Amino acid sequence: MLTIATGNKAVAAAVRQVRPSVIAAYPITPQTEIVEQMAEYVTRGELDSQFIPVESEHSAMAACIGASITGARTFTATSSHGLLYMHEMVNWAAGARLPIVMANVNRAVGPGWNVWAEHTDAFQERDTGWLQVYVSTVQEAYDTTLMAFRIAENESVLLPVMVNLDGFLLSHSMQSLETVEISDFIPPLRLPHAIDPENPAGYGTLTGPDAYFKFRWDMERSMRDSAGVIRETEDEFARRFHRKYGFVDEYRCEDADVVVVAMGTLGKEAEVAADLLRAEGVKAGVMRIRWLRPFPRLDLAGRDVVVIDRDYSFGFGGVIAKSLAATARAEPFSVIAGLGGQEVTYDDIAEFVRTRSPGTEYWFGVNDNV
Amino acid sequence: MTEIPTEEYILKCTSACAGCSDTLTLRYVLKAAGPDMVLVVPACCTSVIQGAYPNTAMNVPVYNVAFAAAAACASGMSAAFQAAGRKTRVIVYAGDGGTVDIGIQSLSGAFERGTDFLYICYDNEAYGNTGMQRSGSTPAGARTTTTPAGKVQTKKDLDGIVAAHNPPYMATACAAYPRDLFKKVEKALSIRGPKFIHVLAPCPPGWRFSSEKSVEMGKLAVKTGMWILYEREQGKVTISGPSKAAMIKPLPLEEYLAPQGRFKGIDAASVALLKAQAEKTAKRLLREEEGTC
Repeated sequence: MLTIATGNKAVAAAVRQVRPSVIAAYPITPQTEIVEQMAEYVTRGELDSQFIPVESEHSAMAACIGASITGARTFTATSSHGLLYMHEMVNWAAGARLPIVMANVNRAVGPGWNVWAEHTDAFQERDTGWLQVYVSTVQEAYDTTLMAFRIAENESVLLPVMVNLDGFLLSHSMQSLETVEISDFIPPLRLPHAIDPENPAGYGTLTGPDAYFKFRWDMERSMRDSAGVIRETEDEFARRFHRKYGFVDEYRCEDADVVVVAMGTLGKEAEVAADLLRAEGVKAGVMRIRWLRPFPRLDLAGRDVVVIDRDYSFGFGGVIAKSLAATARAEPFSVIAGLGGQEVTYDDIAEFVRTRSPGTEYWFGVNDNV
Repeated sequence: MTEIPTEEYILKCTSACAGCSDTLTLRYVLKAAGPDMVLVVPACCTSVIQGAYPNTAMNVPVYNVAFAAAAACASGMSAAFQAAGRKTRVIVYAGDGGTVDIGIQSLSGAFERGTDFLYICYDNEAYGNTGMQRSGSTPAGARTTTTPAGKVQTKKDLDGIVAAHNPPYMATACAAYPRDLFKKVEKALSIRGPKFIHVLAPCPPGWRFSSEKSVEMGKLAVKTGMWILYEREQGKVTISGPSKAAMIKPLPLEEYLAPQGRFKGIDAASVALLKAQAEKTAKRLLREEEGTC
């Protein structure tokens, strides 16, 4: 069905179709619309889920964990401070191997209070064992939320998935949305380690170094295996519903001499910049990273690379730029832009490409650049 | 006479200290609950007592969860069982630190939402698992490793906080009175909604008394009026038999304090404070029982 929706409503629409048994969430700008929409669906009887209006995000994730370990499908949504407040339980969910799906509406972290888009919130959770995916359109938010459940619940993954969408730029933007009939695209959840009073077991008991170490390796092995599951799921999604995304969404990269690497809505904006640059005779392309964990392999050999990080690791650098320098042997021009919702247009992005200086870091809009 | 089942759900391989009343309490809780249940345990002595992976001393499913998260985790579990049409009981078994301090927010949230579960706080009046630091539940005058000169503040009124949520059932108990404890757990589990039982758990190494005296210490707490056994059903207070008897002629408070190393050298002002607090609580409960307040 063709309709129009915000990014938040698109996520909610997908979750309604996937029918989690338990939804526990706490409001926070700019995610609130998702919580409200889920409560609305449940109240109107359009969704037969237990909705738990928890008193904090820490409790939201704790409730999802408690529900999930019984074998129930669960969902929550948060943003920024909410995500950081649940940080302990974000780790717990992954370590407990629970296929929880969470929408995170990317927002800057205070102080000062800033409700606009930035990726630093989710980046602070990138080493927890969650799969992370970043979307750029309302349609992609919907499609990816559907895929997230299938991927998380796959028996060779059983790790939670965080679907990230940019605050306001996407969460509150109205775009067209085509919903689909999912039928058996998402099979029923069978959690092999679900709690069973007939076969009592201790979960998360004291664990010595040898066993603990092995559990960590199991998480990494599943994270590596998830790459194949993501590929298979995206292919199956494309086969059934005719929309294809992939680990990295490439735009005019085939013959590109210079590639812009970005995530979320900035990655979409960069496509317009590539068109502009091509009109000027610059062979530009865009690689929009969708899956941050597991981290994709990018083929950047022989190309100039401009990385736009809407994040920063203080004392280290733009996380994507540094990650690519380490994994793709690239020497990117590292642009730090869009923090705290700073406006970045396609003209700005085209200018980053024109003025690129490989191996250096540039803070957009700051005058005393190094 | 209440028949306590002979089934045991705690196996003979716990790593509890000698004379541990946490384990004794849990033994009766599990007997009352039966096997179709899940125990949710935040960081506390019970995290250690149940044994280390891949073994467990518990013959029921135990979900260990982060310190502040027990009641919220139980909320999710209870909702999931409800969604699946399962009758499996969800019981939180948490220490005083995980209840009156770091876990109070999730406890409050779960009770306010009317979660169908039983929350049991076993209260040894300090952070026992980390080696006896003060908690909000440590009584005035007690020495802990972070109150080496004795705690200045009084014990937090946990029951008052829980009562403010108007749960359908709440009670206090002590494993020194196992039938009373057993009956209260049984009753709690027969009621829908959020239930709460606050259990005093005398701790030999923490309170510094000889390990064969755990039961005696629990009895002294009740007989001196330092711990009052009662139930609050739909807001109506009933003082339990042992405390009713004790209230007629309470033993001197010093009989409870003297055998405990944590109260060694306690000053007269702290003793007076403890006494005044115990009397105030007793009076309030008696008034509530009579319905005159």
